[in-house]
Amino acid sequence: MRSIQTIQANQTRLKGAKMADLYNEKVMDHFMHPRNVGTIENADGIGEVGNPTCGDIMKLFIKVDTRSAKNDKKKEEEYISDIKFQTFGCGAAVATSSMVTEMMIGHTIDEAEKLTNAEVAKELGGLPPIKMHCSNLAASALHEAIKDYKSKQK
Amino acid sequence: MSIYFDHAATTPCSKSVVDAMQPYFSEKFGNPSSIYKLGREAKEALCTARHKAQELLGAEKPGEILFTSGATESNNLAIKGVAFYASQKIGIKPHIITSSIEHHCVLDSVKYLADNFGFEITFLSVDKEGRVNPEDVAESIKENTVLISVMYGNNEVGTIEPIIEIGKIIKNAKDKRLKANDQTPLVFHTDAVQAFQYFDCNIERLNVDLLSLTAHKFYGPKGVGLLYVKRGTKLLPQQQGGAQERNWRAGTENVPYIVGMVQAMEEAAKIREKSEKEISEITDYLIERITKEIPDVTLLGPADVKKRLPHIAAFLFRRVEGESILINLDMLGIAASSGSACTSGSLEPSHVTSAMGFSDLDAHGAVRFSVGKLNKKSDVDELMKHLPKIIEKLRAMSPIK
Repeated sequence: MRSIQTIQANQTRLKGAKMADLYNEKVMDHFMHPRNVGTIENADGIGEVGNPTCGDIMKLFIKVDTRSAKNDKKKEEEYISDIKFQTFGCGAAVATSSMVTEMMIGHTIDEAEKLTNAEVAKELGGLPPIKMHCSNLAASALHEAIKDYKSKQK
Repeated sequence: MSIYFDHAATTPCSKSVVDAMQPYFSEKFGNPSSIYKLGREAKEALCTARHKAQELLGAEKPGEILFTSGATESNNLAIKGVAFYASQKIGIKPHIITSSIEHHCVLDSVKYLADNFGFEITFLSVDKEGRVNPEDVAESIKENTVLISVMYGNNEVGTIEPIIEIGKIIKNAKDKRLKANDQTPLVFHTDAVQAFQYFDCNIERLNVDLLSLTAHKFYGPKGVGLLYVKRGTKLLPQQQGGAQERNWRAGTENVPYIVGMVQAMEEAAKIREKSEKEISEITDYLIERITKEIPDVTLLGPADVKKRLPHIAAFLFRRVEGESILINLDMLGIAASSGSACTSGSLEPSHVTSAMGFSDLDAHGAVRFSVGKLNKKSDVDELMKHLPKIIEKLRAMSPIK
């Protein structure tokens, strides 16, 4: 027996849905008007994830700078000063890539490392279950870019 | 703006079809199995429909027409019916031959039989244009082969399969078995769903024993189809519970929908030549414009228009993904479809493009346009006002160079 709350929640979720019940308005906005598309020349970190079989490939470029830490002016922190993406993939793939860049620009490397796919999907107002793997890819692309950046520091 | 380029997926009912169906919903609503007048009226409509379908397919007897809920059911019945008759009534472990580019209802049915009952399956490969080689059929037939199923026209890329040649090969193999007193059945089934509208599906001409159709591809209603079953072909029924359809498919007959389907069949058959000419003109124009004006595009299926269905034009747009193209088109009111993983509900690319030798990456850029009565030539012009820009925008976003 589904609770009234579950039924109502589902109806709310579906209300915002266009495009064959697939994508809500926020996802569609990020797909039709993606933020931060492009490349960064001499990027500090590049992360490329995905595979041709599932049909999504994401490439994320980050520029990393330092500034005084927010909570401790004496300390310094590394943060993402610029972030760009290129994506080959479906609506969810483009939208999650765009959302990741919008969420993480200006954030510290530490914060970016902790970003989860669930947070990306949540920020987009939810994705159909079959599209959740796209949000995985977006978070992974970011983590790969950070890994790449860190490996270059050694 | 609203442009519909997905006629291969489904079509709207024509007015004459809806009018033909109307009386059977609430006026002449009888159950054809009932003994009283209302029932007999419904039975008469059913018989008339069956006779008409018989004529349209060139069948010998009206009883060779089985009405079903659609081609999915017809294909399931054809495959499972023949296979289980062989295994249960004749006592052999059946071997089935089919192509690797059949519709999922054929492929999934044979896979179901292989996975759950250990039946043997041969999946015939296709060439780069999606065509089955009839010689491969001849070479694959062995002593326990009971069924060969090859579609007449492929729904994804439009390739016309050599049904007549395959039919001749199977006939020879059948004659050989007869001469050797071998009673093992050898049944030839074709899924003619996409072909019926444009080509004569006379069963003698095609040399088939079983043929599947569904109404909603040729301006009839969804939820009704038929299976032609040549006299003498044995099937194990898959749906029990009544004596309808000569005990082969139980269930109260869907009279209004059957009447609608046959009305649609008649109309389609009447204007076949005209349809082929008019529709292929628009499709050829679409192919010409896309291949000339958008770089890095491959037309899927045969380049020769005589070897392709008149209404289907599928393309691979390199470096972009199918669903992304469709969403952009949908925002403009243009409907088309794609075999890309993202639109199919699975994560794998289309089995048809894979079978034709295209890479997974290329396969994801597949978009299919299918033309029909709702289209005019200017629809192509409208599409081409926007499609090149959409492809350019998506390519600019793509990491693949």
